[in-house]
Amino acid sequence: METFKLKKRLAKDKLMLWGVCLFATLTAVPLVAILGEVFLRGYDQLSWSFFTEPTPTAYKAMKAIEAGEPIPGGIANGIVGTMLMLGMATIVAVPIGILCGVYLAENSKSRFAQIVSYLTDLLQGTPSVIIGIVIYIWVVVPMKGYSAIAGSVALFVMMLPLIIRSTEETLKILPASLKEAGLALGGNEARVMLRVQLPAAFGGVFTGVLLAISRVIGETAPLMFTALGCSLIRWSIDKPISAVPLLIWEFFNDPNLQDLIWGASLFLLLFILMLNILAKYIKGTLY
Amino acid sequence: MNDKLYKVLLFIVALIMPIVCGGVVYALVTDAYDAFEHFGFFRFLTSSEWSYTEGAEQYGALPFITGTLMTTLLALVFCIPFSLPVALFVGEYFRDSRIAAVLSTVVDLLAGIPSIIYGLWGFYTLRPIIMALNISPQGSGILTASLVLAIMIIPYASSLSAEFIKMVPNDLKEGAYSLGATRLEVVRNVVFPVAGSGIFSSYVLAIGRALGETMTVTMLIGNTNDMPNSITATGNSMASIIANQFGEADGLRLSSLIAIGLILFLITAIINMVGKIMIKRARIA
Repeated sequence: METFKLKKRLAKDKLMLWGVCLFATLTAVPLVAILGEVFLRGYDQLSWSFFTEPTPTAYKAMKAIEAGEPIPGGIANGIVGTMLMLGMATIVAVPIGILCGVYLAENSKSRFAQIVSYLTDLLQGTPSVIIGIVIYIWVVVPMKGYSAIAGSVALFVMMLPLIIRSTEETLKILPASLKEAGLALGGNEARVMLRVQLPAAFGGVFTGVLLAISRVIGETAPLMFTALGCSLIRWSIDKPISAVPLLIWEFFNDPNLQDLIWGASLFLLLFILMLNILAKYIKGTLY
Repeated sequence: MNDKLYKVLLFIVALIMPIVCGGVVYALVTDAYDAFEHFGFFRFLTSSEWSYTEGAEQYGALPFITGTLMTTLLALVFCIPFSLPVALFVGEYFRDSRIAAVLSTVVDLLAGIPSIIYGLWGFYTLRPIIMALNISPQGSGILTASLVLAIMIIPYASSLSAEFIKMVPNDLKEGAYSLGATRLEVVRNVVFPVAGSGIFSSYVLAIGRALGETMTVTMLIGNTNDMPNSITATGNSMASIIANQFGEADGLRLSSLIAIGLILFLITAIINMVGKIMIKRARIA
């Protein structure tokens, strides 16, 4: 009787172990399925002209489909738009985000810092579609039109909390002796932060910036109400502009352009993957 | 740069957070005001009509609030059987092993995929399966959207849960082992009770994520404005109605959409705040 009970307990234990392994492994299935589908359907669309030519008009695409040819053109307008908006957003978000992170790390006990910290969480948790609405009200309505500026403000607002958090957390795990040694050598706080603490935290901060970029580069909803999209390659910041995720959305909705979906998705995924690997590598070497 | 100037500079830069967040709330409230004034706050929340016939415009948020709650709750139900084993795998059974590192990298990568690509996958792969299984004739609907949402929130739920499972003190577990407990019994009687509130809070944060997911839901939920009457029905979530109609809306309809945005903002803010407070408590305990 006793051995039977023991056997039952051991059997249950084993069942649990196998169950955990099975379901944990199953979680990898969607990743493999998604990456697999995008790679298999996208890789033969990638060509030089895919990156250098703008999106074809629906009419041109329809003609090509009727003639049985591959759709001409590519996603150059989206790549330029993404780079332009992301570049502007990053240039502004990095210094502001780092300084905010420094403030939070240096004053963690003050009341105001706690409020700022709470608001950072609030902004980070805000759905991106709401950021889109708000930037529409802030920028698009007063400027009387969609623009690359509006899109980059939206990306800026989404990147800011991510950079603040990563800077703050990296600075907080630096040993206190580092700062003390700097102060003992006669540097004032600003100098020690700039010359000792921030350089020591460089790996973490840089990783945070890369991850923030990879997080917002695929954002679609906020750009729909701010940058709108455009089928020309454009460098002006006060006019509607396209972005790679916006193009995917456009292709998804236009039956004539559907062939371009997978190439654009593959490009986006590869870019994000590259940023993530780079971030991991830097974290591994510089930390 | 002297210390005083440095401190003042930091303070001024930090002011950007209250300004941005205040600006978000101000913009949403002022632009949603029209809709609330026209329909009444309470009636806007409880009316299920959404029609833009000119002259007889009627907007209510109830179908979309329902759609959001249904997709979120279903996603949570589908997510738990996978995220909990992942958390146990990484945090307890194979903690600090190479294979656990591989699994957490895989799960992290899931978090990095943009929502529009999840939407494409759901549309071109999952939707035909749902149609082939005869679950719903059109394939898209609340069920399809929730299935993909579930995959999307697995990383958020599991990585934080694993962290809390790892924090369970070893001597407690060893005590149970020395009394002859099997691993399952340790997990059930020691790990879950100790890490429970932390695990729970990680699911609260995962809900916060699911509530605001836009593109995936927009591509899969079917986009109808009626009250959903079953889990396979088509519908719209708060985020997806905004994504669908914001570009073409003006006047009262635009204001109504912004009002829905404000409600969504408040719901996610509350859920996230509750989650963060619970995490803080669980960390101290």
